[in-house]
Amino acid sequence: MAVKYDLSGEKKIATRESYGNALVELGQEHEDLVVLDADLAGATKTGTFKKAFPDRHIDCGIAEANMMGIAAGLATCGKVPFASSFAMFATGRAFEQVRNTIAHGELNVKVAASHAGISVGEDGATHQCCEDIALMRVIPNMVVINPCDDVEAQAAVKAAYEYVGPMYLRFGRLAVPVLNDPETYRFELGKGIVMRDGSDLTIIATGLEVYESLVAAEKLAAEGINAEVINIHTIKPIDKELIRSSAAKTGKVVTVEEHSVIGGLYSAVCETLAEKNPVRVLAIGVQDEFGHSGPAKDLLKEFGLDSEGIYKKIKEIL
Amino acid sequence: MDTAELKRIANEVRKNIVTSVHAAKSGHPGGSLSSADILTYLYYVEMRGLDPKDPKNPDRDRFVLSKGHAAPVLYGTLAEKGYFPKEDLVTLRHIGSHLQGHPDMNLTPGVDMSTGSLGQGISTAVGMALAGKMDGKDYRVYTLLGDGEIQEGQVWEACMFAGHRKLDNLVVIVDLNGLQIDGEIAKVCSPFPVDEKFMSFNFNVIHADAHDFDSLAKAFAEARETKGMPTAIIAKSVKGKGVSFMENNADWHGKAPNDEQFMTAMKDLEEIGKGL
Repeated sequence: MAVKYDLSGEKKIATRESYGNALVELGQEHEDLVVLDADLAGATKTGTFKKAFPDRHIDCGIAEANMMGIAAGLATCGKVPFASSFAMFATGRAFEQVRNTIAHGELNVKVAASHAGISVGEDGATHQCCEDIALMRVIPNMVVINPCDDVEAQAAVKAAYEYVGPMYLRFGRLAVPVLNDPETYRFELGKGIVMRDGSDLTIIATGLEVYESLVAAEKLAAEGINAEVINIHTIKPIDKELIRSSAAKTGKVVTVEEHSVIGGLYSAVCETLAEKNPVRVLAIGVQDEFGHSGPAKDLLKEFGLDSEGIYKKIKEIL
Repeated sequence: MDTAELKRIANEVRKNIVTSVHAAKSGHPGGSLSSADILTYLYYVEMRGLDPKDPKNPDRDRFVLSKGHAAPVLYGTLAEKGYFPKEDLVTLRHIGSHLQGHPDMNLTPGVDMSTGSLGQGISTAVGMALAGKMDGKDYRVYTLLGDGEIQEGQVWEACMFAGHRKLDNLVVIVDLNGLQIDGEIAKVCSPFPVDEKFMSFNFNVIHADAHDFDSLAKAFAEARETKGMPTAIIAKSVKGKGVSFMENNADWHGKAPNDEQFMTAMKDLEEIGKGL
C-alpha cells in the first residue's frame, strides 16, 4: 500500500534542522542523552540542543577523532551520545575511531552528520561528502539511516535513541520539501516504504532523492509509464524482501542517491538482487568524481540528480 | 599491601606475560613487561570499587589500556586478580579464546574498553572521566599510554580537552621505556620533552620510576590530591623488564620467545622471585 505524501514542495526544511529539533524533544524526556559537536554546532544544528540543555552539550573543538572517543567513553558510562560534525569529518576524518572504538566495541553511539552530498553547495568538493554511506555501510555492527524529509528525519532520530548500538545518521544542509504526512507517517528501522505503487519499473531512492524521484515518477505517469517508488531510509540493514519483491514484479530497477554510485544505495541494492533475482539495475547518483562549488539547486541539476535529470535518464533506458 | 607482596605479584604477572605470549607464538612482551609494576600497583592498591565478581560495577574506578598491544600485561594482571582462570592465559590469540590479540571489552571480564589502535584509548578514558563529572560520581579513570603512542595526534586532542575541562579524576600514565618498533623513540620521531608537553596542555605532571613501588605510590597519591587539573605520570621504565635478554631491546617489542627462550625467561623470573 502506497503512503500519503505531498509533492507541492510548499514547505521546506533541511533535515539538519529536524535533527536539532528532535534532539531537544528527546532531551526533555531522556536525561541520559548527550550531544557532542566539533565546533559546528551552528551548522549541524546541535546548537538548538545546546540552548535548551547547555550542560549536556559537549563541544570538543575541532577534533573529530577525539570526539568519537569521548562519545565511546560516555557510552560505557550509560550515556546515549549523539556525536555530530559534517559527514566528511564524522565518517572520513574519524573513520577509524568509528570503526575501532565505536563499532567494534558495539557501543551505543549515534554518529549523526550533516552536510552530506553535493547539496552542501558553495563550500565545494572538500566539504561535499559523497562517500559517507559507503564508509559507514562497510563497518560491521553499523546501522545506516538516510532520512528523506523533516518528518522522517525527526522519526529517525527518535528511533536512533531507542535503538541500542552504533548507528550512522545522515542529514543535509539544503532545505528540502516536507514530503511525508506527519499524521500518518510511521518509521520502522530496516523497512523500506513503498511511496507509490507501479508495475513498469522500480525506482529505489534515498534521502532528498525520494522527493525528486516521486516528481519524476509523476512525469513518467503522464506518459503512461507506471513507476513504483520505494523510499529506503535504512540503507543498512536494507529491506531485502521489499527490494526483491518489487524487482520481481517490475523487472527493472533504478536507484537514485545523492552519493557516489560506488558503495552506497546502488551497491546495496545490487548486492541484494544479485544474490537471488538479478535484474538490470541503473545507477543514478554522483559518478566517480568530486563535486565543486555552486548553488545546491544548480549542482543537483548539473549532476542529473533533480527530477528532470532522473526522468531523462529513465527515459533513456526504457 | 606491602612492597614485598607487590613485587611478588608483579613477578607473577611477568610470568603470566611470558607464558601467554609464548603460547600465542606472537604478541608484545617488551611493553607488557615494562608496565607490569604499574598495572600491579593500579589493580592491587590504587583503584577502588574493583570486584572480579562484579566487573561492571558502575561506581568502580576504570582502567583503559590505550597501548592496547600490551594486552598480555592486562590479561596477566586480571587473571592474577581472579577475573578469569589463569589457565585461560595460554589461549591468548587462539581461535575461540576470549583473550584477543588486543583487549576486547565484550569478551574479557574486567576489560573496561576495547583498544588496540593507538591514540584512541585515551579519548575514551577522557569520556569516562567526563561522564563521572557530569553524574557527580567520584570514581577515577586511569589510562596507560606508550611513549611511542604519544606520537599520535589524537593523544594531544584528548589532552587538550581533558586540560580544558579540568578533569582531575583522570590520570594519564606514560610508560616511558624509550623504545618503539622501529627503534629509539628519540631517534624515530622524538616526543621529548614529554613533561613540558603535558604541562602546556594544563596537566599536573609527575615523574616516577615505573619499577619502584614507593615512587609509584607517591605519584598516585599526589595525583589523587591534585584538584582542578588532570595528572600525567611520566613513568620511566625498562622495556622487557625482568627478562634478561629482552631488557632494553626493541626487537622484543612484538615477538614471542621460542621454547628455549621461554625456558630462559621463566628461569630469570624464578630467580627474581627467589630474591624477593
